[in-house]
Amino acid sequence: MPDKQYDVVVVGGGPAGLSAAIYTCRRALKTIIVSRDVGGQAAMTDEIENYPGFESVGGMELTEKFKKQAMNFGSDWLFAEVVGLKKRENIFQVELGDKSIIEAKAVILAFGLSPRNLEVPGEKELTGKGVSYCATCDGPLYKNKNVVVIGGGNAALDAAEYLSKVAQKVYMILRGDKFRGEQILVDQVRAAGNVEIIFNATTSVIKGEKRVEALVYKTNNDQEKEIAVSGIFIEIGHIANTRWLEGVVELNDRKEVIISRDCESSLPGVFAAGDISEITYKQVVISAGEGAKAALQAYRYLQGNKPVLPDWTPKKIRS
Amino acid sequence: MPIELNDQNFQEQIKDFRGVALVDFWAVWCGPCKMQGPIVEELAKELAGNSKIRIAKVNVDENQVTANEHEIMSIPTLKIFKNGQPVEELIGLQNKDALLKIINKHLA
Repeated sequence: MPDKQYDVVVVGGGPAGLSAAIYTCRRALKTIIVSRDVGGQAAMTDEIENYPGFESVGGMELTEKFKKQAMNFGSDWLFAEVVGLKKRENIFQVELGDKSIIEAKAVILAFGLSPRNLEVPGEKELTGKGVSYCATCDGPLYKNKNVVVIGGGNAALDAAEYLSKVAQKVYMILRGDKFRGEQILVDQVRAAGNVEIIFNATTSVIKGEKRVEALVYKTNNDQEKEIAVSGIFIEIGHIANTRWLEGVVELNDRKEVIISRDCESSLPGVFAAGDISEITYKQVVISAGEGAKAALQAYRYLQGNKPVLPDWTPKKIRS
Repeated sequence: MPIELNDQNFQEQIKDFRGVALVDFWAVWCGPCKMQGPIVEELAKELAGNSKIRIAKVNVDENQVTANEHEIMSIPTLKIFKNGQPVEELIGLQNKDALLKIINKHLA
């Protein structure tokens, strides 16, 4: 027996998922959003200046508005992790982390990308105990301490620049011999004064008993070196966490969900929208649009694939 | 509403409390904390009648002695205390049902 039954389960509560729920609810489909957080990556963005209608808005503020709108239209919300998806005849069973099941007639996958892990010993054990994936969240807890940022792209440079104002000393560890981020950020980091950049270095172990104490890295010529740090900020990009969808829907070589022009996955009744799908551009405004598309296509699927009328009433033209 | 803790009243409110206490370590700058806050508030409302349970929060920015003592390295961190002793620690955003389950587990 399922624990709950819906028309649509939206997996993920970022711009794509929230926009999808606004659209499914306005089509009177009983909808639930299942998500680990509100707003996804967008919520972690300080300022968003390219979402039409808002000259500048905090990521959290904008996604909270999305959520409020979806809830006002009648969506349910559940903080949980989805770990499995099965199709039984025409019903989907969405399995949650606590083994409970939600049943739905259609599913919209919109859970975005997750931070890439280093995959070194100590990382998992010390996450939240010095290992962090969010410099703006945890940075202020490292006042006057030594920290290290792993990575060489814009996110890593941003983190290093921010942490240089809080921490006593910031190390940056890069695998390659140059930065991959924008020059303006590189210049800011170089100007900071308390940032030491270590190129051609690969992290091998994170050490610490109850909390992070040190990081061990390997140099180009296989020498092992250790630096004493309290915080390790991992900023090495994002990946599609779709292992639980393998064999259920088709994925591309980056493990993103392959979709049709109208957000259909390879399995009828399952749709994907936003960063988790194979679309090229990962942007809030695009994800919101894709979420709406997935919702309308899900509605169409549930109506037996009859064409969908637009979600607005044209103004009458006075003659 | 959750009890507002600080460096001065932590001993009396949590360490000397006989029962199960949940403490939300948070700060204003932290996005996920803003999502956790309302969940903890709901929990406090729901459990208000139970004298064996105490729901509280502490701003780590303003109360660094307490934050250091509990080795808070990431927020939100939620700690469960039983008869004044820390028994469980949860890092990152937690939903209400999960928190209720954990509180009930330690009540038993």
